[in-house]
Amino acid sequence: MSNTHSDTVAFVRDTMLPQQEPPSSSVGAVGWMRTNLFSGWFNTVLTIVSLGFIAFILYEILPWLISPTWDGTSLTNCREILAGLGDESGACWGVIRERWQQLMFGFYPSDLYWRPVLAFLLLLVAIAPLLFADYVSPKLIWFSMLYPFLAAWLLWGGAIWAPIFAILGFVVGFVVFRYGSKVILPALALAAGVVAAILWWTAIGPAIEAPLSAAIPIGIESVQSREFGGFMLSITIGVTAIMCSLPIGIVLALGRQSDLLLVKAICVGFIEFIRGVPLITLLFVASVLLNIFLPPGTNFDIILRVMIMVTLFAAAYMAEVIRGGLAALPKGQYEGADSLGLDYWQAQRLIIMPQALKISIPGIVSTFIGVFKDTTLVSIISMFDPIGLSNAIRADTAWNGVYWELFIFIGAVFFVFCFSMSRYSMYLERKLQTGHR
Amino acid sequence: MATLSDPPAESFKLSMLIYDTRYRAVTFQIMALIAFLTLIGWLISNTAQNLADLGKEPSFGFLFEPAGYDINQRLVEYNNQDSHLRAAFVGLLNTLLVAFLGCVTATVIGVIVGVLRLSGNWLVARVMTVYVEMFRNVPVLMWIVLAMAILIESLPAPRDFRGDNATASMSVFDSVAVTNRGVYIPEPLFSRSLGDLPVGGAFNISLDLVAFLVVLAGGLFLSGRIRARADAQQEATGVRPTTWYLRLGAVLVPVIAVLIALGFHLGYPELKGFNFQGGTYMRNSLIALWLALSLYTAAFIAEIVRAGILAISKGQTEAAGALGLRPGRIMSLVILPQALRVIIPPLISNYLNLTKNSSLAIAVGYMDLTGTLMGITLNQTGRELETVLLGMLIYLGISLAISALMNWYNSRVKLVER
Amino acid sequence: MKKSVFFGAMTVAGLAAGAAAAGTLDDVKARGKLNCGVTTGLTGFAAPDANGEWAGFDVSVCRAVAAAVLGDASAVEFVPTTGKTRFTALASGEIDMLARNTTWTFSRDVDLKFTFVGVNYYDGQGFMVPKELGVSSAKELDGATVCIQTGTTTELNLADFFRANNISYEPVPIETNAEAQQQYLAGACDVYTTDASGLAATRATFEDPTAHVVLPEIVSKEPLGPLVRHGDDEWGDVVRWSLNAMIAAEELGVSSANVADMSASAGNNPEINRLLGTEGNLGEMLGLSADWAKNIIASVGNYGEVFEANIGESTPIGLARGLNAQWTDGGLLYTPPFR
Repeated sequence: MSNTHSDTVAFVRDTMLPQQEPPSSSVGAVGWMRTNLFSGWFNTVLTIVSLGFIAFILYEILPWLISPTWDGTSLTNCREILAGLGDESGACWGVIRERWQQLMFGFYPSDLYWRPVLAFLLLLVAIAPLLFADYVSPKLIWFSMLYPFLAAWLLWGGAIWAPIFAILGFVVGFVVFRYGSKVILPALALAAGVVAAILWWTAIGPAIEAPLSAAIPIGIESVQSREFGGFMLSITIGVTAIMCSLPIGIVLALGRQSDLLLVKAICVGFIEFIRGVPLITLLFVASVLLNIFLPPGTNFDIILRVMIMVTLFAAAYMAEVIRGGLAALPKGQYEGADSLGLDYWQAQRLIIMPQALKISIPGIVSTFIGVFKDTTLVSIISMFDPIGLSNAIRADTAWNGVYWELFIFIGAVFFVFCFSMSRYSMYLERKLQTGHR
Repeated sequence: MATLSDPPAESFKLSMLIYDTRYRAVTFQIMALIAFLTLIGWLISNTAQNLADLGKEPSFGFLFEPAGYDINQRLVEYNNQDSHLRAAFVGLLNTLLVAFLGCVTATVIGVIVGVLRLSGNWLVARVMTVYVEMFRNVPVLMWIVLAMAILIESLPAPRDFRGDNATASMSVFDSVAVTNRGVYIPEPLFSRSLGDLPVGGAFNISLDLVAFLVVLAGGLFLSGRIRARADAQQEATGVRPTTWYLRLGAVLVPVIAVLIALGFHLGYPELKGFNFQGGTYMRNSLIALWLALSLYTAAFIAEIVRAGILAISKGQTEAAGALGLRPGRIMSLVILPQALRVIIPPLISNYLNLTKNSSLAIAVGYMDLTGTLMGITLNQTGRELETVLLGMLIYLGISLAISALMNWYNSRVKLVER
Repeated sequence: MKKSVFFGAMTVAGLAAGAAAAGTLDDVKARGKLNCGVTTGLTGFAAPDANGEWAGFDVSVCRAVAAAVLGDASAVEFVPTTGKTRFTALASGEIDMLARNTTWTFSRDVDLKFTFVGVNYYDGQGFMVPKELGVSSAKELDGATVCIQTGTTTELNLADFFRANNISYEPVPIETNAEAQQQYLAGACDVYTTDASGLAATRATFEDPTAHVVLPEIVSKEPLGPLVRHGDDEWGDVVRWSLNAMIAAEELGVSSANVADMSASAGNNPEINRLLGTEGNLGEMLGLSADWAKNIIASVGNYGEVFEANIGESTPIGLARGLNAQWTDGGLLYTPPFR
């Protein structure tokens, strides 16, 4: 073969050529631009249009945005500062300097700002075992369980006994359930536990608590929920709604999958009803109707009523997220649990729920983002969330007429919160994907 | 009762209701039902007592009293002497209008953005990512308010069109006026109009429109028949006759004939007094709401589309490429039809969200159902219970209708796939 | 977890107002705070400042009642309400009184079952237009685009006015004053209509107030006043006479500057003496302390002072007294005698 070859071909190179640099048009900045920006006429057009668009936006906005009015004390003052500089228009950032604390905390007493801040930081600690399970000690979960009480106490203040007795109610209920389930059917023991806990909260607890808090008055200054406002209010409503809706959502999701026809019908009806109406109508219910539905004389303040309705709202969405998680579990898990002889609740508690919840976390996070964004709707029913506050700020004679500055600030803060959460949920999704395949 | 004499009943023990799995399900369901009914009864009795204490009686009689307020955008006849019910109906139509427009636009933008996010063009992909993240992470209420503010601030007021030194002028051959109150476009007018047909004494249907639609439908049907015949001929002979001019003619000729017969001409908007008169007027509140809802929902749809495309295995793209299809056609003929199966269910819930978010119209003064029934009517009559419950029921109806429709479509798509 | 928060918040919030049927006066005294409904923000009438302190003309009425009942003008919880939520909040007992520039109308008084205890501001619906339009009367507004603030009686008055004059208009309903202002300034509407006081307040904050005129037509009567629930007449009396005390004090020349001297001992004007509690037992009849009116005037001021401080000609809002002058000066303020 090689002989014939050497006969027909006059020259054969038997050494490798030295490796050459790639052509300058396909490496470096130029090469990158050719492959990524200008590959073909269509992409070139797209690139040029995008560049023009970006330049236009920046040209329109930047000069307005960069405006030395941080020290302005009123809109008129800002206009004077700008006129002194010969600027025609510019933002008036003085309003943010003067009101940013109000936009963050509402009317919360300014010397107590550390309490919501601490509650927020502890929230990050409390959710760490759920979100970053690989990096923190699992014992921290005990802190997570205590957190709701601690946060409520920090935010609302008052005597330390209220949260302690609330916790004790759960302990009483759990103990009754634990020992009861050895004697009677777990479901009945559960009912007994719930009854015991309610009894504790309504009758026994208050009876002991009153003399106790009179005798040992340990507590911090109490703050009315009416003083809540700004982002603190949004976060409080959002976090409460998500925390409370999780258990309700689990029950609804299980109910929806249940074989019991009536239970299923009730759950489906509830979920579809809540998901079928706009949140704003539920907030109208909270603001004008909830008092009519409750026994005469009951009167929660509006924030509590809104929390109840937002919780119900979030629960319906949560139920769908968890149902998705349940559906995503391989059938083998259910069968495996059955073959181990576990009953329904044991299987749910030990096998199904831990896995289903884990898969659902990205969905739960995005539900939370949605609920957090939707808390802006409470401004329509006269609550001072950031948008509601922006209206109140404009009612001040000094700032009447300020518009964009407030919205840009509020929008930016919302963006920071929601964007970081959505990044987290994407990270988690990627992690879960590799974990399962 | 008859089972009392049955043998199994004698061995029946009360504890079996709980311990026997045959009975347990029934027991639990009955318990759940009792608990549920108790809850409902409790709520109703509370409501009755509270209303009695307030001296109010639930009644829907107010719906038939004159509303007394005006609504700017009305798709059906309405004036301030009409009833609250009719005002609510006007609002409902406005809700449906913006929801429909929003869903269509959001889908179009969402699909384009979703595809462009996967584009090989680095800059375009980044710009689209920025768009998606910005809209997804800021509350929709803010976008609605901002869209309105931008329209108001950046467009010229009608008074800028006036006088010798006008700073603004009409576009598209002086037929379209874009102002910060809205967009005025020419309207179709008929000099030999057929008049209106009253339906049920409440609404009027324009016979001109009916005639136009009937003729158009007839033309489309004819065009379909021509195509079917061409198909048959192609099957039989292998040669497809050229039919495009026939089909175009079948649609256009009758339509044009009808338009001429009715004396069709355009009514141009004209600046008269305070406002433009004549032409059709699309208010800024509608445009702002429509834009904001579409852009916001489109950001979510883009993500769904992207996920749907990514869910199609890469082999499909490569196979299509091997067949010699160009990238654009790979997307439209191979990838998107398959991705549709993944896309449709979350798309439905986004349509629902858009419809529900349209209730924020109140923020820009668009008179939808929330603005009329649960807004001014509630304020003027003080009937919180009735208006809010009625409003919720209507929204629930809309939502259920949309999901039923889309689920039906979804099942159709699925059938075609198999 | 739901229950815990529910329970925790409930104990802390302390189940706000109890049964609405019980005496509101006793409730307020027991609570040590007055719950007063105000707007979410209306320039000059009610707005929170940077420290969250509420100030304004309506706010002063709340403070006056708190001063009379509790002796402390700052013992008020301000509950912001919208046009939609205000009546429910009052009816359900969430607030003890509403001072939210609310128009006294027949149906609100009779059908919605509230008691208007008086009028603290006589207003009327007016129109504002840019001067360059050259409009001098509201009847020339045929075909105009009109910005209206919703949630009030405004939209009904407007519809009535245009129907009565048989001219057409294009209503643009708007939720808040700030947005209405923005639309009006940008020319998205030709006319802005709301209460004349609101127009003046809005106009005052424009870059160039002289470029806008308020038309002479006042198309409606808007007597704005505080209101309470039907059926608690004692409480109604307290609010009514707190307001009257402010008005009477101005008429009698009692102000926050001289009230300390005047109340130190009985002077020679018996009505002042009765008002300030140095003579007679008017306070006791109301179920309040003898110096109730003195507390109001000392901590809040008389009607004239409150007017001047919040919306009067020395403020940027610059409202003239007009109808709201004392009857002796040709206005409508005419308080029944303190006797």
